[in-house]
Amino acid sequence: MSYLDYSVRRIPTGFQRLAYINLPIIVILITIAAIGFMMLFSVAGGSTEPWAKVQMTRFSIGFAMMLIIAFIPIWFWRNISGLAYFISLFLLLLVEFFGVSGMGAVRWLDLGFMRLQPSELVKVTVIMFLASYYDWLPRNKVSNVVWIIVPLLIILLPVFLVIRQPDLGTALLILLGGLSIMFIAGVSWFYFAISGLGILTFLFSIFYFRGTEFQFLKDYQYRRIDTFLDPASDPLGAGYHITQSKIALGSGGFSGRGFMQGTQSRLNFLPEKHTDFIFTTLAEEFGFIGGISLLGLYFLLIIFCGLVALACRDRYSGLVVSGITMTFFLYFAVNMAMVMGLAPVVGVPLPLVSYGGSAMFVLMVAFGIIQSADIHRAR
Amino acid sequence: MKDKEFDPAISARSMVRRGVLIFGLQGIFVAGLAARMRFLQIDQADEYRLLAEENRINVRLVPPSRGLVYDREGLLIASNVQNYRAIIIREDVEDLESLLNNLQTLLKISDEKKQAIRKLVLKHSPFVPITVLNNLSWSNVAKISANAPVLHGLTADVGLNRHYPRGADYAHLLGYVGPVSDFDLKRRDDHDPLLKIPRFQIGKTGVEAKLESALRGNAGTKRIEVNAKGRVIRELSRQESSPGQSVQMTIDTGLQNFALARLGKKSASAVVMRVDNGDLLSMASSPSFDTNLFVEGISTNDYAALRDNEFRPLADKSVQGIYPPGSTFKMVIALAALDEGLIKPNEKIRCDGHIELADRKFHCWKRLGHEEITLTEALEQSCDVFFYDLALRVGIEKITRMAQRLGIGIKYNLPLSGVAKGLTPTKNWKLKTQGESWVLGDTLNVGIGQGYVLASPLQLAVMAARIASGKVVEPRIIKRINGVEQKISNQLKLDIDPNALGIIRSGMYEVSNGVKGTARKSKIAINEISMAAKTGTSQVRNITSKERETGVIPNEKLPYNRRDHALFVGFAPYSQPKYAIAVVVEHGGGGSKVAAPIARDIMLRALYEQIPPLDAYPEEQRAKIAKRFKNLKLNPVLKPNLNKGNA
Repeated sequence: MSYLDYSVRRIPTGFQRLAYINLPIIVILITIAAIGFMMLFSVAGGSTEPWAKVQMTRFSIGFAMMLIIAFIPIWFWRNISGLAYFISLFLLLLVEFFGVSGMGAVRWLDLGFMRLQPSELVKVTVIMFLASYYDWLPRNKVSNVVWIIVPLLIILLPVFLVIRQPDLGTALLILLGGLSIMFIAGVSWFYFAISGLGILTFLFSIFYFRGTEFQFLKDYQYRRIDTFLDPASDPLGAGYHITQSKIALGSGGFSGRGFMQGTQSRLNFLPEKHTDFIFTTLAEEFGFIGGISLLGLYFLLIIFCGLVALACRDRYSGLVVSGITMTFFLYFAVNMAMVMGLAPVVGVPLPLVSYGGSAMFVLMVAFGIIQSADIHRAR
Repeated sequence: MKDKEFDPAISARSMVRRGVLIFGLQGIFVAGLAARMRFLQIDQADEYRLLAEENRINVRLVPPSRGLVYDREGLLIASNVQNYRAIIIREDVEDLESLLNNLQTLLKISDEKKQAIRKLVLKHSPFVPITVLNNLSWSNVAKISANAPVLHGLTADVGLNRHYPRGADYAHLLGYVGPVSDFDLKRRDDHDPLLKIPRFQIGKTGVEAKLESALRGNAGTKRIEVNAKGRVIRELSRQESSPGQSVQMTIDTGLQNFALARLGKKSASAVVMRVDNGDLLSMASSPSFDTNLFVEGISTNDYAALRDNEFRPLADKSVQGIYPPGSTFKMVIALAALDEGLIKPNEKIRCDGHIELADRKFHCWKRLGHEEITLTEALEQSCDVFFYDLALRVGIEKITRMAQRLGIGIKYNLPLSGVAKGLTPTKNWKLKTQGESWVLGDTLNVGIGQGYVLASPLQLAVMAARIASGKVVEPRIIKRINGVEQKISNQLKLDIDPNALGIIRSGMYEVSNGVKGTARKSKIAINEISMAAKTGTSQVRNITSKERETGVIPNEKLPYNRRDHALFVGFAPYSQPKYAIAVVVEHGGGGSKVAAPIARDIMLRALYEQIPPLDAYPEEQRAKIAKRFKNLKLNPVLKPNLNKGNA
């Protein structure tokens, strides 16, 4: 950049910032959330109780949080990245000791007014911390072995804690989100090739050690993988979810049964129809058109976030926006793949649509950071 | 070359390159998802629609039957009875109005009931089965079945309801079940899907609530095939529910019923306990109520009547009620003094009818005093001054410690609602809660079981049992769960000099059998089973010095809630103690006059295991006793087919 660049480019300040809010992202967010409200209304049998109303309140609060975060300069968020990471890691540790259990897993901290799921929080703080790490690290050291171990530790520490809860889906999201930042930051292809081989070996050993006392996964996790590979083998047992969700999806057809007319998702075939499996209701009631529209909206959101990442001038902003975009992508991609029988059933919610407070708040905070990066870039 | 490669501009370009690469991968994945969606929803739509329409599999829960409860003899005291009910699934209803009209003409239900049903049905999601009518007669069930064509969406089925064959006898111990409320769901961290079944019954109070996890059992599931309307076509597979575990209590229903009848309409409670293992044979709290009223939801009027009753029938006075123990606390003082060596067995203390402390007069119940008396005589005649003196010698901290060793001020771990801890005060306690420091006058009051000390009837019974056996007896109310005998606590020896205990026991013997004993009028006439006891009368009010001069107002002339509590503790037989008893009659008046006769009757009933023969009573009282027994409103126990084995 020449001196001229600096003199021409400037960063919006004060109320000017209002003019630089990324409106497309906000419009898409609201549209997706509105679809979520509708689906929760429908799943409850045409009632705002018990889910839709709460979800609307959460979205409103999240939206306000997003705006506040957006107007705080991105360098502030860079500077507190490390702090945010360690606080979230601490909360994750607290879950280990004081966590509240629900549905067979210990994921929540009871804060009195809400139940916080620190593993959701960690998804974003890991990305923030890694981005600030690569912002700080001289670029000629990026592929140095020592400087690769550090980010790996940053990623693997929370991954380990989350796996213990046990929550395989979230652990996978944190891992992939973190690795994507390392990749974009310029870590040599060589390492990714090696670790690719490593993962293959790992997958092999997971099955090789199955049934022995060294087995890596819990029995139910093995069963989920089995039934993913062949759901027909046990349609009423462990393969039940996948089979039922495919039936619900498929029976929606091209245009769906119509709003509130879904029978499959309504007749209690699916236990988590308001959280992880909410897409089945949408796909049954609005058919292929509805499903593809939501997918399109998600993709559009990714495109706009990608554009923000490209436009960012500083390394931190570019990395943090890319990382958050990647995580968001993983959310909906893994959830949809799972519902459509393309991935094993792991507990990942459909972002902004599934009922759940922690995920909603964390996503809105993350979009707040993207907005902040966009507003405060040199123009 | 290396340096050139890490030129910032090149690095930034590499970042963009890699970012675009990832974005491309994401695009490919999304395209894959879209293709899959197309495959499922367009290419294979017909196939899946067919699956959905014609072969829908629904999973329903099969509720378990709740565990049965037996008394110590194997008599069933909580059972499940079949309940025919009508269920509406709104989704299946074609026209709710015509359905309700048809139902009304068919079963002759009132208009209000019809309104209530409409409201109930519209409140829930359309796919939830809602119980709209309960306890249908068989002829009504037949009517519903026969008229099924005009009652689309309504079905009759059979469920299980809790029934308490001896409702009032066990109202406070067993408690009752009721439908799950939102409050229950919030309060407990319980994610059992059973709780979501409309009107599923869970324990609300007493053993039913405290042993809920054992009694509830586990849900089964059945997979059923349903048609497009959700109507059951056939059952595919069924995993039976496992019934709740059975529970056997230590209570003897016959004795419990007798005790309740004997307490009559008084606001009172009686606890009978075995001194060897702590088994509670009876824990009566009167007045009682019929728990069956609560099972299907009690009417507002009935509930208000119970709630507002001055005698508090809903409270379990035997464990929740705490009272100043009055003179029954004197054993604690005496044992503390003997244990510390602060009084010798033959030592005499002079009673002048009162003692003075810091210009305040503390009176003995006998105005003229007892002259010089020993410890056993003081117990026999319940001399207050004697125990004022002892209490001053021992001090409050040691009194409290002795009270706790004897079981007062301790919260017992019984599966009952609201088990009270009572109160054994210390100097620190007073400073902390009252903000005042302890004064000697407080110690004097505690010396006769007044002031800050509070005990429940259960704790008084435990005290009597421990004095009788010399062992650390712990109360037990659950004998077996699922046929497994429940733990009896270690029968450690009380850490008190056996001679001291012997002196106390003989003092208590004199109370019941001595010429001047306060309970001599309620003695047992047969020597082999004679009772050792202590009466107590605890004041609820202060007697002013002015009132003492003009003469203390007798209880009968006071308003009800200002009258004294009547208390009695004891054990029998004296020579070989078997049972301990505690009786408290709220605002009943004098312990010797009111509580002692009741306690004797209940104790004899426990010893004889039937209505006691008149020989056990002194001759001059027999006519009166016979008349009393004739008027008792008993609900006799029919001897059960002894199935102790599977209880």
